[in-house]
Amino acid sequence: MADTKQLKRVDIIFTEDCNYKDILSEALQSSNEDIVQSLLNSGLRGRGGAGFPTGMKWKFTAQEESDEKFIICNADEGEPGTFKDREILFKVPFKVFGGMAVGAKVIGAKEGYIYLRGEYKFLLDDLQKHLDEFHNVLDELNFDFRIKIVTGAGAYICGEESALFESMEGKRGEPRNKPPYPTTYGYKGKPTVINNVETLVYALMICRLGGEKFKELGTDDSRGSKVFSVSGDTPIPGIYELELGMTLENFVEEFGDGDTKSVQVGGAAGFCVPRKHFKDTIIGFEGVPTGGSMMIFNSSRSMYNVIHNYLEFFEEESCGQCTPCRVGCQQLLLGVEAVKRGDKPIEYLNELLKLTETMKMTSKCGLGQSVANSFASIVDNFKEEMIY
Amino acid sequence: MSKMINLNIDGIDVSVEEGKTVLDAAKKIKVKVPTLCFHEDLCVAGNCRVCVVEQEGKGLIASCAMPAQEGMKIHTNTLKVRRSRKHIIELLLSEHNADCTKCFKNGNCELQELANEYRTGNQVFLDLVPEKNYTVDQSSPSIMKDDSKCIRCQRCVRTCEQLQAVSALAVANKGGNMKISSFFDRPMHEVVCTNCGQCINRCPTGALIEVNDIENVWDAIYDESKHVIIQTAPAVRIGLGEELGFDPGKRVTGKMVTALKRLGFDSVLDTQFTADLTIMEEGTELLTKLKKALVDGDESVHLPMTTSCSPGWVKFIEHTFPELLDNVSSCKSPQQMFGTLAKTYYAQKRNLDPKDIISVSVMPCTAKKFEADRPEMTDSGYKDVDYAITTRELAIMVKQAGLEFLELEDQKFDSLMGDSSGAATIFGATGGVMEAALRTAYEIVTGREVPFKNLNIEPVRGFGGVREATIKIEDPVEDWKFLDGVELRCAVAHGLANAKELMQAVKDGKANYHFIEIMACPGGCLGGGGQPIPTNQAIRDKRAKAIYEEDMDLPVRKSHENPEIVKIYEDFLGEPLGHKSHELLHTKYVARERY
Repeated sequence: MADTKQLKRVDIIFTEDCNYKDILSEALQSSNEDIVQSLLNSGLRGRGGAGFPTGMKWKFTAQEESDEKFIICNADEGEPGTFKDREILFKVPFKVFGGMAVGAKVIGAKEGYIYLRGEYKFLLDDLQKHLDEFHNVLDELNFDFRIKIVTGAGAYICGEESALFESMEGKRGEPRNKPPYPTTYGYKGKPTVINNVETLVYALMICRLGGEKFKELGTDDSRGSKVFSVSGDTPIPGIYELELGMTLENFVEEFGDGDTKSVQVGGAAGFCVPRKHFKDTIIGFEGVPTGGSMMIFNSSRSMYNVIHNYLEFFEEESCGQCTPCRVGCQQLLLGVEAVKRGDKPIEYLNELLKLTETMKMTSKCGLGQSVANSFASIVDNFKEEMIY
Repeated sequence: MSKMINLNIDGIDVSVEEGKTVLDAAKKIKVKVPTLCFHEDLCVAGNCRVCVVEQEGKGLIASCAMPAQEGMKIHTNTLKVRRSRKHIIELLLSEHNADCTKCFKNGNCELQELANEYRTGNQVFLDLVPEKNYTVDQSSPSIMKDDSKCIRCQRCVRTCEQLQAVSALAVANKGGNMKISSFFDRPMHEVVCTNCGQCINRCPTGALIEVNDIENVWDAIYDESKHVIIQTAPAVRIGLGEELGFDPGKRVTGKMVTALKRLGFDSVLDTQFTADLTIMEEGTELLTKLKKALVDGDESVHLPMTTSCSPGWVKFIEHTFPELLDNVSSCKSPQQMFGTLAKTYYAQKRNLDPKDIISVSVMPCTAKKFEADRPEMTDSGYKDVDYAITTRELAIMVKQAGLEFLELEDQKFDSLMGDSSGAATIFGATGGVMEAALRTAYEIVTGREVPFKNLNIEPVRGFGGVREATIKIEDPVEDWKFLDGVELRCAVAHGLANAKELMQAVKDGKANYHFIEIMACPGGCLGGGGQPIPTNQAIRDKRAKAIYEEDMDLPVRKSHENPEIVKIYEDFLGEPLGHKSHELLHTKYVARERY
């Protein structure tokens, strides 16, 4: 097997061993090219799940000519089983703001936004207080940049970046056609960087550590570390920052309860890995990627119930705009129920698997495209549980 | 010239202008990629996904939404493409009430056509229709909305928002519950819907159709005790052919008259007669207002005056700018003037009891149904217009009667109320009412014809969203001396989004016009919500060309020279804006809520 790492706890995101002001002040004096180069060197990829290289995103947006640009922190953390951004915003909000300010400097934005998940409104008052303080710091540093917080209203789809822009613009949260991409046509049609909460903190911390230092962690495809949200059948649920590149076997040894049947990596939109593949599955972009969600299931769990639950989720959270996702999700949900009841033969699951292929290839956004991940990985690996 | 993009589709090199899509490029090499949510008049949605094609190195892409890019290699007919398209059609069908034989759109449905092409015989997926508790909204007198036929392409939503700035229809809910809804799901007759029917023109299925009166009209025709007359709007004669085998832009006036006679109407008459009458009344109204404003200094006179022929426009302003209702001409629309006169003037002259007259209109319009039902529209003592049917409904009746329309000979309209001028014909195109009004008003005021070659007032023609024209009045006749040197400022808008922009400027005091023509539908009545489907700019261009040709061919080109118009004032009405006109030909408007 290629490049793997042993499970190792890391302390970059939450470390108290630094002062964000110092990092920010220094970064604001660095050249934009140096910051972008450092990010590119670090190999940092977006921590929301899709994994686009952060340095490239900033670079492209910086290259755009526009009277207005924006940087947006995507805090619409809605993937089932993910709760790490909440913790980051709660514990180290200044680092998030700092990351945004550095991004703003690089791309030339005067305004930034935090799109806060509707269910996280309880964080709002404190965040706003911290933000006021942060704005004073910006004034001290003589840096012309302001952040506003906007809240979502509970739709999962608004975590999709272009649906998020639509939502911010006061419209129905529906994903846009791509291209154009946010780097050229984002919020209000202006060049926009949109990063996950965690990504922004890493971006700030890379300004301190240097790209090369960050790159020492992780594997070729998955540099650095990542914050995981561990839940399910584990004696130690919680938030853990780990070096990327470990195998799932390694992970389960640490977090499992000794009876782990499967792990859902990446939430409902991610993949279900059964025990037999733990050994040869790397957690990372070369294996199974995750935005942080790690749900552990032991042998007492019915995988039918798991997929049924995910399908109910998708059927409800699809924006309903495009055919494969809207109707596909309904067909999958009712389809597995029909097979379970015996109204449809087991072979019908093959029709549904073919359908998920179509959904993956033709859906307009990541939501519909990723339903196939959990569906195929659960149905393929636990077919008998779909019937009995 | 814009930059050209070179790509390769199915092994064939093709170049398109920058900004064009892969779908455009495929058209160029004569490949028809199927589409549903795509419509030429609307912005790209890319939501039905049926237009997917395969891009080498990328996988499937929605061709309608993907800009053509240099070096792209596209395949339109691969295993993946075919299988996915078929899946998508099957998915749409699983959510769709596919009871095609009972559907008004049977035979003119884009989903049906695709299902047919892909031979989706065996339903692979579960039937979702029973799960949905679909409802049919039959509350509107014009538009029927059947959610069970809806494929959620949002063409109606984009039409209502972008072309019409009405947004009576919007997307509600998400996931499997996503639907096209009115404001809080209120019935269509309670919301801001203007009944323009543009959504119907663009609905690919039978989810939005007109409320049809075909059976009622047949019943009237078969009723021996009734004298059934029909009036035909200008735009019908240049649209009807499209439903009956002709290419767009074919003038079928004579064939239409023959067909109507053979259907059994007792008299086949012309809305263009009352279009001419509208010019007399509205022109006089405008000149009177100008006199009051310019000579008498009467500040209660509201200028600019806007036209009132388009019932979609009238309902729009009632909802959207109720504070500007005094600016709207008090003239009834030609349809309603005709309806009132049918049961008064016509009845008198023909010695008929008005209660035995059934007055039918064939209109390019669905809002005319609503207008005919307005409670004000009973000045004859009866319902002035009993049934307003669309061009499409008439085509169905012609087919039901087994008439070989292509082969029919030409006949002339009956009389009374069957004569008209070319000025009335052009009511069917945006700018036409303005042009007709100017032809008459200018001549009344100056004693000379409008100073345009062949009477064709080109500045108000065309399809620009808002068009302006200024005509300077010089050397007027004695009665109108006060207008000497006045520049009459006119504006024309079509499509309610353009109308809204123009009226907002009026409201804000930024528009300094005397007279404004507004038609609710893009292109005017020729693009009306009751016209043949499909519609697009190329089709509307052809219809407009036909209308202006029809105008040129008529012996009388000016409303005030229509001999029947002269006669009705002599015999019945007295004078424009006279007592009888006020009683029969003018109306009032009501302010409405904005739900």
